[in-house]
Amino acid sequence: MDFEYLFQLLCSGVVKGSIYALIALGYTMVYGIIQLINFAHGEIYMIGAFVALIITGVVTLSGYSGFSVLILAAVVAAIYAAAYGFTLEKIAYRPLRGAPRLSPLISAIGASIFLMNYVQLAQTPDFLPFPELVPEFEFMEPWVQYVSSVDMVILVVTALVMVALTVLIKYTRIGKAMRATQQDQVMARLVGINVDRVISATFVIGSILAAIGGVLIASRTGQINTAIGFMAGIKAFTAAVLGGIGNIPGAVLGGLVLGIAETFGAGYISSAYEDVFAFGLLVLILVLRPAGLLGKAVKQKV
Amino acid sequence: MQKSTLVKVFAAAFASAAFSLPVLAADTIKIGVAGPHTGDLAPYGLPSKDAAEMVVAEVNAKGGINGKKVELMIGDEQCKPELATNVATKLVSEGVNIVIGHVCSGATKAALGIYKEAKIITISPSATNPPLTKGGEYPNFYRTIAPDDDQAQLAAMFVIEKLGAKKVAVLHDKGDYGKGFADFSKEAIEKSGKAKVVMYEGVQPGAMDYSAVIQKLGREKVDAVIFGGYHPEASKLLAQMGKKKIKVPFVGPDGIKGDGFLKIAGKDAEGVYATGPKDVTQYPLNAKVRAEYKAKYGKEPGTFFDQAYAATLAAVNAIKVAGGTNYDALGKALKTSPVETTVGKIKFDAKGDAEGVGFAVYQVKNGAFAEVK
Amino acid sequence: MMHLKRSLSIGLWFMFLTLPLMVVRVNTVSREIEWRWMNLVWAGVCAFAIAWLWQFSIERRAAKRMQVATDDHPEKRQHSLAQRLADDPVLSRRVLIGVGLLALVFPWLVSSGNSFYHINVMVSALIFVVLGLGLNITVGLAGLLDLGYIAFFAVGAYTYALLSKNFDLGFWTCLPIGGVMGMLFGVVLGFPILRLRGDYLAIVTLGFASITKIVLENWDTVFGGAAGIANIPRPDLFGFELDGRQKAIYIYYIVLALVALTVVVTTRLKNSRVGRAWMALREDEIASVAMGVDMAQTKLSAYALGAFWAGLVGVVFAAHNNFINPDSFTFMDSAMILAMVVLGGMGSILGVIIAALVLKLLPEYLRAFAEYRMLVFGAVMVLMMIFRPQGLINDMRRKYECDTAGGESDNGGK
Repeated sequence: MDFEYLFQLLCSGVVKGSIYALIALGYTMVYGIIQLINFAHGEIYMIGAFVALIITGVVTLSGYSGFSVLILAAVVAAIYAAAYGFTLEKIAYRPLRGAPRLSPLISAIGASIFLMNYVQLAQTPDFLPFPELVPEFEFMEPWVQYVSSVDMVILVVTALVMVALTVLIKYTRIGKAMRATQQDQVMARLVGINVDRVISATFVIGSILAAIGGVLIASRTGQINTAIGFMAGIKAFTAAVLGGIGNIPGAVLGGLVLGIAETFGAGYISSAYEDVFAFGLLVLILVLRPAGLLGKAVKQKV
Repeated sequence: MQKSTLVKVFAAAFASAAFSLPVLAADTIKIGVAGPHTGDLAPYGLPSKDAAEMVVAEVNAKGGINGKKVELMIGDEQCKPELATNVATKLVSEGVNIVIGHVCSGATKAALGIYKEAKIITISPSATNPPLTKGGEYPNFYRTIAPDDDQAQLAAMFVIEKLGAKKVAVLHDKGDYGKGFADFSKEAIEKSGKAKVVMYEGVQPGAMDYSAVIQKLGREKVDAVIFGGYHPEASKLLAQMGKKKIKVPFVGPDGIKGDGFLKIAGKDAEGVYATGPKDVTQYPLNAKVRAEYKAKYGKEPGTFFDQAYAATLAAVNAIKVAGGTNYDALGKALKTSPVETTVGKIKFDAKGDAEGVGFAVYQVKNGAFAEVK
Repeated sequence: MMHLKRSLSIGLWFMFLTLPLMVVRVNTVSREIEWRWMNLVWAGVCAFAIAWLWQFSIERRAAKRMQVATDDHPEKRQHSLAQRLADDPVLSRRVLIGVGLLALVFPWLVSSGNSFYHINVMVSALIFVVLGLGLNITVGLAGLLDLGYIAFFAVGAYTYALLSKNFDLGFWTCLPIGGVMGMLFGVVLGFPILRLRGDYLAIVTLGFASITKIVLENWDTVFGGAAGIANIPRPDLFGFELDGRQKAIYIYYIVLALVALTVVVTTRLKNSRVGRAWMALREDEIASVAMGVDMAQTKLSAYALGAFWAGLVGVVFAAHNNFINPDSFTFMDSAMILAMVVLGGMGSILGVIIAALVLKLLPEYLRAFAEYRMLVFGAVMVLMMIFRPQGLINDMRRKYECDTAGGESDNGGK
């Protein structure tokens, strides 16, 4: 047994899983609150990456460099992603609050297509190089074969985000309001919760996460183009469903399981069928546990 | 039934049909140029369009061919086969005499059947899929670029002989072009018997992370990597290989030999090998035309510009020599009458490949491609 | 005045929003930044105008809803033009015959000499009409969200390609085989997902379609891989060879007949036991199961029958294009077919036909605006859902009304 190889694959799988988890968290939060698959979430991720690129470009060409560029780019990207997420919710989803299931879904698909093409036309459909905003840390040197610096940052950020979100949901007022809205929207309204604001807040938080993910992942990959949102979105959504959609630890678990399964499948069997492993795993798990790994089987009251 | 809507739809279709019925055309020679002019792959198709436009403008300024003006018909198919068939039928129904295109092998394959039936000669500047000429199925197809198997053979031999690799990994992007290049390379290596293909994997274009494949490279301790595909995937692979400190020679096809690759890969591109059309800047016509382009557009011409310019020149020359646009006469002219072009003095062989064009290996040195002698 | 203030603030908001993406363009190679301030002005002005219109429309929509809710005499309500037309048997028959005649002579109207471009375009559009009608069964009638419908289409196309290449079977033999293969795949898809709720269904069906596409791409010994399968024979007319234009016209009639067949069969299915079971399942699954509807059988039949049409028309697609490769079967195509069903009106056959024709013909004929095509498509999807969620044509079911003034009137279903 080649343990070295196994360990390498494991590390790569965990990193890949964290990448999926970071984006999946946004999906799962929105779904938890309004039972909507926000297809456009992937595009918010993409917009975050693009804004970061633009800010970085403007700042570096004006002469600055170093860690501050990363922070600035991430902050501005997060602000803009939040703005886009907020606007998206207001335009495409809020008018459809009471409508049957399919309407907001189609609207989401339409919004996703619109946003992707909007960025394509406003910027360029080409691939653009993305600078390595996260420099190689010296203390990571011996482990670089397994986990590079930006990988480490992604892992740490994902863990922090998960903790932060759990704290937010459990211990803060807005978290309580979110849980209330999730349980029963009408009652929440009746007890005085401004449901509209809560939902907007959810979208804003989800979008900020997407933007952070966008900046980090783009730094890792080294390039972006307008299509990255779609690919990332599908995989992240799969991860969220795998772990039980609406469930924050579930999104992270789902992401990790997906990432590890894909990496092992690619490493031991064949890289070409990577996505087949991902979706095959999904079908398998959903057949055995229709609510996902950590999902609660919702009992429907008749 | 909403009568008004249905009637409106049909009226619209009918009206637009009526407007595009071929008007009794003035006596012009119609040259079509087809390729991706919008969409992801537009950077590969727009230089060909520019080249054709330049040639046609010059020819018309000199009075046309045999006294007739040349009309350029442009068809955009985004490299998609089903759109390519639409473009082909459109060009054919509008009376095109000869087509420069298409750009992507898949789209060309889809459209060739239509051109073959309508007996329209097609000269492609970039469709490198070997069976298009070597299979013999499309006697109306010619190209001013060498086919992929030549490229792959060259890459394989280079890796074995010049780089001395014994264990080679062959990767591809699962696409028609990339996989084709990879398969031919693999075949060439195995046939030579001097090296072993220890890894043969396809990677998903658009995926964010290729760690598994790269770690496999490390495990197998390969001496060289041959990659079939385009620059986005190549640069992702190289970036991640660099991160994992796997430093092996990387050889790619002409799909990565371009500024797009240098731009995206940045410092990871240093030392990377790519096969590409033989250096044509030595030809005087080439330098002259490139200078013209730069003066007009303010930038260097993009991929396949030289080949497209050559293809259009060959088409114009063939029409002149044949005295018209008769299919058989044109074919004969292309095969027998050499023409001075931006890729040298060429004529076409019996199968449709251009004689005198070939591939060479390049390496990125100090941020630019330089031919490896 | 309120409108003005709100529109103004919305205009400013959009100017902020689009600032980085539309105004700044960084060119890292040439190290320069392009500032396009005009875009900012445009964004602001457009946003302002659209915001104004938007508020107007939302108000009108709310007012209409109020009106409907407080309507005392629902039976005296003005039915839409469509419904009135459907009510009148004489007029609707005349319109039907008129459209039918137009469809029959269409090829001769739009082509001459060697040109068959428009026929080709219409054939492509009609193929998607059949796809829309097929998905209409699964999504529109039974309410089962299927985001991977294009996989069945691929199955049909590859069935014909492989059978004709390896076993030399003709078009007409392969046509029903393609349909059956599609149906089989539909059942295979349906089985594991019977227990899943609506949204999980979406991602699993998407996954299935992805798996299908990847297998097609990679298993090249059987499927030709990314290179696809070429030189697929066109349908022959009792062994006679046809030239380009005639072949196109022949295929046009084949597809037209297929469309007619699909419409007839779907209408009959809709008004049958199975159809009613589907619609019951769509409206309320638990109630229908409680009323004795066999959930497994009904759901599986919805998938199978929907997939049948996709497989069937997949064969025609392969025959029409002579060359297929996995690139023609992407998620975007699935999304487009889903859009056709939803925009046309879930369950409404005529609506789906119109939506399919519009979505396929417009981009082809508006090539000048090709760049903005997808942008408009996305925007239209969102707008339609907001302002007209029931789709173009409201699905009219067979209703029996009791007129209080005595006598019954029977509204025909369409």
